[in-house]
Amino acid sequence: MAVKVRIPTPLQRLTQGKEEVEGKSGTVINLINDLETRYPGIAERISEGGKVRRFVNIYVNEEDIRFLQAEQTQVKDGDEVSIVPAIAGGGITVER
Amino acid sequence: MEFTEDQLQRYSRHIILPEVGGKGQKKLLNAKVFIIGAGGLGCPVGYYLAAAGVGTIGMIDNDTVELSNLQRQIAHSTRTLGMPKIDSAKNTFEALNPDVKVVGIKERISKDNIKDLIKCYDVVVDGSDNFPTRYLVNDACVMLKKPLVSGAILRFEGQVTTILPGDGHCYRCLFEEMPPAGLVPSCQEAGVIGAITGVVGSLQALEVVKLILGKGEVLKNTLLIYDALRTTFRRVKIPKNPDCPVCGSKPTITELQDYDAGYCRL
Repeated sequence: MAVKVRIPTPLQRLTQGKEEVEGKSGTVINLINDLETRYPGIAERISEGGKVRRFVNIYVNEEDIRFLQAEQTQVKDGDEVSIVPAIAGGGITVER
Repeated sequence: MEFTEDQLQRYSRHIILPEVGGKGQKKLLNAKVFIIGAGGLGCPVGYYLAAAGVGTIGMIDNDTVELSNLQRQIAHSTRTLGMPKIDSAKNTFEALNPDVKVVGIKERISKDNIKDLIKCYDVVVDGSDNFPTRYLVNDACVMLKKPLVSGAILRFEGQVTTILPGDGHCYRCLFEEMPPAGLVPSCQEAGVIGAITGVVGSLQALEVVKLILGKGEVLKNTLLIYDALRTTFRRVKIPKNPDCPVCGSKPTITELQDYDAGYCRL
């Protein structure tokens, strides 16, 4: 049993359309770097210089890692990790 | 205020609910709700609030109805193409329910007008489609202590949360910074499945109704994430950030700014 990682819609292009992938137990940042080996480009979208980007949140089960041990938060097999980026769509047409 | 015969019939399915009753229906009729955007989310939110008899609905949007809007923006129609969206929406909502007064404002929302626009309203609903507006609306609502029901959609994904300033989290507690321009696609670039606006907008309308009635639980300190492709709802916790720059104990943002430098304009 591995860590379940939920991939948000905007990043599913990098995971061949998969909404859920398997991750490695350990720290969150190691999990992200491990995802990168299988899904190139994903780490850069989520993090920068070992830190999770400030418009992306990562939850272990329901908890925001910023209020746990941030990138060093430990995840274990059976945990569910959700990657949740800010989205803004709603309806006012954007003029170019 | 006494109900008319028509009102007793119109709202009978509400009044029969113990959580609403005649008292709750009067609260709805006396309520004032301000909606940012008359687009994908603003349409269903306004539609259901109008049907529910929310007495005053303020709405701001600077755009006119385009053909590409009609796949999801259900308050507009082929007949209102080219019309300002707020006029089109006002016609639709007032035709549905003459008890409702729609105050439409055809302007761009900015740091200079937002506080005056929302100050007389009980609840604010964010249905905007860009980050600068989201952060501006959040900051203004925190400063004026206005409850804010925030919804966002992209492709097949929706997010909803309810911000109660002074009590729960704010949008900046959730996402500390807005993404740099270009990194997160807009609906125009990325697409959006039409009916998701109905799901997310209806969830927002229900949050507003519960706030007005003072019943049930709202999405305080919670982000609801809807995945339309898999038909799943997930909830994650949003703790209030004690160091939040706008709602924390030592705020560094005490005046409104326009955050749209480098962004497309509304």
